[in-house]
Amino acid sequence: MSEGKTMHLDVITPDKNAFSGEVKFVVVRTELGELGILPRHADLVAALEIAPLRIDLPDGTRQFMANFGGFMEIKNNVITIVTPNCELPDEIDEDRAKRAKARAEERLKSRNADIDFHRAELALQRSLLRIDVKHKV
Amino acid sequence: MSSAQDLRKRIKSVTNTQQITKAMKMVASARLRRAQAKAKSTEPYAEKLGQILTNVSATLEPEVLASYPLTAVREVSRTLYILIGADKGLAGAYTSNLIKYFAQETREKAPDTYETITVGRKPTDYLKYHQYPVTNSHVGFSDKPEYSHAKQIVDEASKLFLEGEVDEVILIYTHFVNSLTQNVTSVKLLPVVTEPHHEGELNELYIYEPSEKTIYDQLLPKYLEITVYNALLQASASELGARMTAMTSATDNAGDLISSLNLEYNKLRQAGITNEISEIVGGANALQ
Repeated sequence: MSEGKTMHLDVITPDKNAFSGEVKFVVVRTELGELGILPRHADLVAALEIAPLRIDLPDGTRQFMANFGGFMEIKNNVITIVTPNCELPDEIDEDRAKRAKARAEERLKSRNADIDFHRAELALQRSLLRIDVKHKV
Repeated sequence: MSSAQDLRKRIKSVTNTQQITKAMKMVASARLRRAQAKAKSTEPYAEKLGQILTNVSATLEPEVLASYPLTAVREVSRTLYILIGADKGLAGAYTSNLIKYFAQETREKAPDTYETITVGRKPTDYLKYHQYPVTNSHVGFSDKPEYSHAKQIVDEASKLFLEGEVDEVILIYTHFVNSLTQNVTSVKLLPVVTEPHHEGELNELYIYEPSEKTIYDQLLPKYLEITVYNALLQASASELGARMTAMTSATDNAGDLISSLNLEYNKLRQAGITNEISEIVGGANALQ
């Protein structure tokens, strides 16, 4: 580790390694709120929410990714985020996200007993996150 | 002895068949490469998730662990088998190996002590035809499985398990070694087997956010999903590998058949010509 000022971050999804490299600062969101992690953090395991993932690179640039839940493990200054899906802003199709948002909202509004509210809620969360991350760039 | 015309027809039809098997072989090998890459790319995810699960369960007390419905070990009176097979045939012994394995597993069991969930049209048809108890079946994605399919299967299986319908869930699929070797294997999906907590042993100390219990609750289903997803991917790679091998040998066999037919045809043709010449010569001699 380069003088203890950075830490290694791996973001692993079932399809690929979404991110791998040295970082200076990471912000994730857990059930209890936002969690900022600096190098040499104590070992930790956390369940993550559907929320933006902020990564500060050693050269000072700040990067956002759309993180769809999962888990984070910190061990020996290595952060591993294991998540079902994690997208870079470039990978996000904003129009599609907007359509998904409208669809989910309509479903939630319809108050129909046939629909799965939990699923619609999650779909809405995902679409909002995508739009949010896209606009942070 | 068939006539020259018959032989010509057969050569033509075998050549056509060879073209088809050759095309299928090429398609299978191209898709196999993709399936293999996909199966490989999920490995780190599954590995890391399993690692976290082991770490977390090692810090939990055995009583706490036993209180999780998904890890509860009960006396087994009913078993659920999940069979992962192919939608299409023409893959050599791929499906029949799977079914043989399953039949071996259930040979000593009474039909009312187990049920099955099948993936793929081939095993589904077979089991239904032979009147095995099929609870549910999924078809249409055996060669291109997605994570959502795995999720669906896990949801169904854990529902049956949690409701007490079944006491264990066993997953049977074909493990991909290489394009020539695929082994049918089974893993116990539920109850989840975890490492027990060792007394006095210093477990790795983690801070848990929000709590061990919440994390464990969320971790278990994810772990099951990735296990099934991995099995689906392995099975799809195996299916394509088996098909590629089968189609390679079919193409080779068609080639052999064509050359032996050609030989026979040429012999026949030559015999005809020789015959004609000797007739002409005989006729000419008779005129002199």
